[in-house]
Amino acid sequence: MSEKVLMKGNEAIAEAAIRAGCRHYFGYPITPQTELAAYMAKRMPKIGGCFLQAESEIAAINMVYGVAATGKRVMTSSSSPGVSLKQEGISYIAGSDLPALIVNVQRGGPGLGGIQPSQSDYFQATKGGGHGDYHLIVLTPASVQEMADLTGLAFELADKYRMPAMLLADGTMGQMMEPVELPETEPEFVDKPWALTGTGMKREHNIVNSLYLVPEELERTNLERFERYKLIEEKEARWESFMTEDADVCVVAFGIAARVSKNAVVEARKLGIKAGLIRPITVWPFPKKPIAEAAKTCKAFVSVELSMGQMIDDINLAIGCSRPVSLCSRVGGMIPSPEEVLESIKKAAGGNE
Amino acid sequence: MLKFKRVTLFCGHYGSGKTNIAVNYAFWIKEAGFDVRVADMDIVNPYFRTKDSEKELSEKGIDLISPKYANSNVDLPALPQELYGLFQQKDKYAVLDIGGDDRGAYALGRFAPLILEENNFDCLFVANFFRPLTRTAQEAYEVMKEIEAAGGVPFTSIVNNSNLGEDTLPENVESTQGEALRLAELSALPLVMTTAKGSIAAQVNCDNVMPLTLQKKYY
Repeated sequence: MSEKVLMKGNEAIAEAAIRAGCRHYFGYPITPQTELAAYMAKRMPKIGGCFLQAESEIAAINMVYGVAATGKRVMTSSSSPGVSLKQEGISYIAGSDLPALIVNVQRGGPGLGGIQPSQSDYFQATKGGGHGDYHLIVLTPASVQEMADLTGLAFELADKYRMPAMLLADGTMGQMMEPVELPETEPEFVDKPWALTGTGMKREHNIVNSLYLVPEELERTNLERFERYKLIEEKEARWESFMTEDADVCVVAFGIAARVSKNAVVEARKLGIKAGLIRPITVWPFPKKPIAEAAKTCKAFVSVELSMGQMIDDINLAIGCSRPVSLCSRVGGMIPSPEEVLESIKKAAGGNE
Repeated sequence: MLKFKRVTLFCGHYGSGKTNIAVNYAFWIKEAGFDVRVADMDIVNPYFRTKDSEKELSEKGIDLISPKYANSNVDLPALPQELYGLFQQKDKYAVLDIGGDDRGAYALGRFAPLILEENNFDCLFVANFFRPLTRTAQEAYEVMKEIEAAGGVPFTSIVNNSNLGEDTLPENVESTQGEALRLAELSALPLVMTTAKGSIAAQVNCDNVMPLTLQKKYY
């Protein structure tokens, strides 16, 4: 039979995680990411892995913390309200310099919000989210294939930089079905000499901890961690450029918003408007370089988001407010239509002439 | 041509295409000149529901009975009271779109005695062998057994709806014919039709190929 299978985005993450060598999943069900947990529940027992439905999101993230300390690939997944509950644990994992994968299939907020798609956890995901100075590597898939591909990449980057990574998807990405080719290669694991695996009476014991009794030491740890963040910002930003070379109007959008925007850009070109799209694949690190580069030649930017305007701040920072940036957005579980994005492109194109 | 029973149920692994086939099946009943209603009995799936086809159904004069909160912002697995009308008012045909897997089929249990008592039903198992957890006849057969145990209505036939979404090619569908026939053998039930999206159906070299109209998406 064909190598391709038809999968929901949520399932694609689960299967890709298993193929990346993840054998520990802890979670608590919430719409619209429940299929991920359901898939893990079916598959993990058959391959000698551990699926555990915890008593709460807080318990689940602390189980992730524990397994991460042993150096094993581990993950949890949830949707917006559940990810808020996990923030304390995520901060501890970041503060202990441990790799782990957290998946957020976003839904409308704030509060209980609703079950329809949203991108309004952008600030939470990219600016830390919990307490203290830290970052997550945040990847934003825009197809079911990318849900699978970026899951493998997230585990690799988390291991490489010893820090938690997040897949920031939304309800449509989790629920939509598309054909996927799954990776067939064996995962590569890095050495983790820091892991708590037992000394075997042959080495000094390792300590995993986020508590520092001496402020000088905590300051040093923070400074060292931010040296690493600087390196990541230089090396790991990922994006896709679409028709940007000669663009007068540059649309910036990720995930489902990027799919809609691509259609609008194509329509705008048919009308003779030179539109282009930069699609961030990582939102931390944010792809500042291509956006700053685009600002040299284009007249205006449009940020298309399923939020009241969060990524728009990062666009303004990336271009030093050198061009007008307008917002095209729907919230509460609504998705902007290609017509709405096209309208924003038209306004941006006309406004500067 | 298809022979319609008074009540037709579509069950299967989630994501196998039940909703799409249920909507098309109602079109076919209507085109054959019968009055028909569609019921969305999915208590599992939050998005992509029968309600998405409400306009197309109503344009053809087909009533849709769906949960009050379908496609809304709450996840409340409640079934509407109007469902009882499907089994009381026997002069109209009924197509029932059941939720995926055994979890979805539990919702059917409440109505199983009514369906069995009237005994004028087809219960179709929808199979997509491109779904990762039903890649083989054996895996699909296990899902079938779980659904029967949960829903309490025995299957009467099989639909092969194997597809890769928009990317489906005729040879993709044909490549699953063997598994579909093996599933028919394992379950001792007939494979009544193979379904494919309208643009490729004519090129699919299988018996009883039925073309499907798919739900439009803009992203």
